[in-house]
Amino acid sequence: MLSYFLRRLILVLPVAFGVSVVCFALVQIAPGDPLTAIMPVDATAEQQAAMRAAYGLDKPVPVQYLIWISNLLQGEMGRSIASGRPVADEVFGAVGNSLLLAAAAAVIAFPIGTFLGFLAGYFRDTLLDRAVTALSITGVSVPNYWLGIVLVIIFSVNLGWLPSMGAGPGGSQDWQWDWAHMRHLVLPAVTLAVVPIGIVARTVRALAGDILSMDFVTALYAKGLSRGDVLRHVARNAAATALSVMGLQLGYLLGGSILIETVFNWPGSGFLLSNAIFQRDLPLLQGTILVLAMFFVGMNLIVDVAQAAIDPRIKRS
Amino acid sequence: MLDLRKGIAALALSVAVLAAPAAMAQGTLRIGMTAADIPLTTGQPDQGGEGLRFIGYTVYDALINWDLTQGDGPSGLVPGLATAWEADEADRTRWTFTLREGVTFHDGSPFNAENVVWNLDKLLDEGAEQYDPRQSAQGKSRVPAIASYRAVDDLTVEIITHEPDATLPYQLAWVMMSSKANWEALDKDWEQVAAKPSGTGPWMMTSFVPRERAELVPFADYWDETRIPKLDRLVLIPLPESNARSAALMSGQVDWIEAPAPDTIPAMQGNGFEITSNALPHNWTWHLSRVEGSPWNDIRVRKAANLAIDRESMGALLGGLMIPAKGFMPPESQWFGEPTFDVTYDLEAAQALMTEAGFGPDNRLSVKALISPSGSGQMLPLPMNEYIQQSLAQAWIDVEFMVVEWNQMINLWRAGAADPSVEGSQSINFTYFIQDPFTGFIRHLDCDLVAPNGTNWGHYCDDDMQALFEEIKTTFDAAEQDEVMRRTHEKFVDDALFLMVTHDVAPRAMSPKVQGFVQPQNWYLNFSSITMAD
Repeated sequence: MLSYFLRRLILVLPVAFGVSVVCFALVQIAPGDPLTAIMPVDATAEQQAAMRAAYGLDKPVPVQYLIWISNLLQGEMGRSIASGRPVADEVFGAVGNSLLLAAAAAVIAFPIGTFLGFLAGYFRDTLLDRAVTALSITGVSVPNYWLGIVLVIIFSVNLGWLPSMGAGPGGSQDWQWDWAHMRHLVLPAVTLAVVPIGIVARTVRALAGDILSMDFVTALYAKGLSRGDVLRHVARNAAATALSVMGLQLGYLLGGSILIETVFNWPGSGFLLSNAIFQRDLPLLQGTILVLAMFFVGMNLIVDVAQAAIDPRIKRS
Repeated sequence: MLDLRKGIAALALSVAVLAAPAAMAQGTLRIGMTAADIPLTTGQPDQGGEGLRFIGYTVYDALINWDLTQGDGPSGLVPGLATAWEADEADRTRWTFTLREGVTFHDGSPFNAENVVWNLDKLLDEGAEQYDPRQSAQGKSRVPAIASYRAVDDLTVEIITHEPDATLPYQLAWVMMSSKANWEALDKDWEQVAAKPSGTGPWMMTSFVPRERAELVPFADYWDETRIPKLDRLVLIPLPESNARSAALMSGQVDWIEAPAPDTIPAMQGNGFEITSNALPHNWTWHLSRVEGSPWNDIRVRKAANLAIDRESMGALLGGLMIPAKGFMPPESQWFGEPTFDVTYDLEAAQALMTEAGFGPDNRLSVKALISPSGSGQMLPLPMNEYIQQSLAQAWIDVEFMVVEWNQMINLWRAGAADPSVEGSQSINFTYFIQDPFTGFIRHLDCDLVAPNGTNWGHYCDDDMQALFEEIKTTFDAAEQDEVMRRTHEKFVDDALFLMVTHDVAPRAMSPKVQGFVQPQNWYLNFSSITMAD
């Protein structure tokens, strides 16, 4: 198991290098100027040139990459051009907030998606199956930023039950596990959970349906196992694939919530990324993309190892 | 005995009066800003007008401030941390500033001439220990006239300009004064100062969560008693997305939002929220290219385009929240003057001018225009530009758009009309902050500021205009200087130097609980008069 883990870990290195090159190159390709965020629009050409030199933006792009990557290897992510604050502080603070939101969405989405999927798979081709399938297709298809706005109009503006924005009455730095803070989490987490509910439900439905039609299930029944015991075997067989899908979904939840975080003014990595894009804040943009990409790579690694632990066939292959 | 009672009564009354400001302190005002982050808090804020509005003129003062107390007329300069200033009659480059006595920073240290020099070094002297590149990036370009400065005595500062420049008072209204003692107490570290700033302004910042909120409380020892805030607290919340701002206001999470989206305004008004607006020194124009071969070099074409736009009807796009342009400055401006060219809608006159210029329905003029789909202060650029496109088509001018993202648009604006990057565009739709002589007039058309050296995008250069700019800089009497600027504006309009479309009115939506707010005709605001009803 350890050697499998180490092999997978070594494979992460070229992926990480590739990610660093791609995310650096991507932000360089985008038109625009990072200095726009920190200088008055009518700053003279001379002042702009001085500032460009101060931030090292006058150097050739490959040199800029080498400086960035060598600083990165020494644990230095640089400073945001727009805010002047350390990129690491900005990114990890925001990632923490996104992780909170993603975890809340996962807590909602995964049990509900799994339950609905099993229900539909077990009662395949029944009215219940069709209802769950319709529900999951709707969940996957509805634009979640639109759903977020609708939920805000209903539950914040009209009913006044839940806040429409922010991460607590005093901001995310004062986060506490009480209702005054957690109520800020409800609408964005529910909105974010809708897509993974649909995806997990559809995956589990297909898995459960396929496994239930296999010969070994008939054999288990023939051996006299109860329905609950059989379902436990089915769940064990479905777990590896379902876990893989959930892991990927958790990655998407963390990195793919730009629109949700913007709608709810949630101070997470998506919101940070969106602002960094508009401001062409290159160090912040590079740092955020890299951290999110590495999180995704890390999630894949964890899922691979977990899959191997659950299903020995994967380890052998 | 009677006298003693009278004395006690008088004493009690005095105590009540003295205690009144504390007793009147009323509530918390929470504001949803359009900015995505709290503007730089160390002194010289970033994020343009909004930065100075919420962090500049609240936490800090300039030597010379803007009058933000009334909304009925144009806003002018008033004494701030300097009570008087004058240029030496024998040597017009030598200015003397008399500082206000008894002013203290929030940290309790006194404000004096040494602080002024220290603050100017913070922006202008790269060798100074306190030089801050971030503040310098914001402030240095605002005070181009300054050559040197020194403290004459504790309450007198002398500033020398490169050449006679009567616009110096306007330039100094940009420079916010931070506390030297506070910077020293915080290990001479601007990053620490950002979390615990100290100015002389009417508000003190007490907490700060980057990108999320800043909280300000009144500074009880503020030097101008009329501007000691009545509120208990002012909370600033970055809310860049307009729907999120509207929802936050309508769900009661904030009491005030900047720039509500026009289509949400009827719903807000229907729910009892108030929309405030006033004339603002801000215009929405097409800056025209004057490079060789540009069709806008013909004054008949420029005037025809200005006459082809029905600005009143355009108001429907903006929920009525605009002032139809009658010139480059808003009609309320002290510098509007009496131009002879009437900027109005007259399609027949427009077509007559186009005919005179050699165009017609069978010989249409084609122009290329740079626009952006969004951007700071750009209002609703896509529908507004499409409206102009349709309007100009009626005067036989066909417009092809080059649409670029806002950040890239700023680059193209800096590059100028002759740069290959604008791909032959003959105009750029840019909104302008036009609050002082430099931002309002000089920077757009000065021969010395032709892009890329400056922001004269269109490469316009005219001897008469240059003479007017020179006169603005050399007229040291404020009233006479206003008169020169009126003449300058008359030339802007009479020569139809821009496609003049609308003026912004800085709409903001607020809860009916917000009381006592006066919206000045200025980019900055006075929050001190505001109270919150129960």
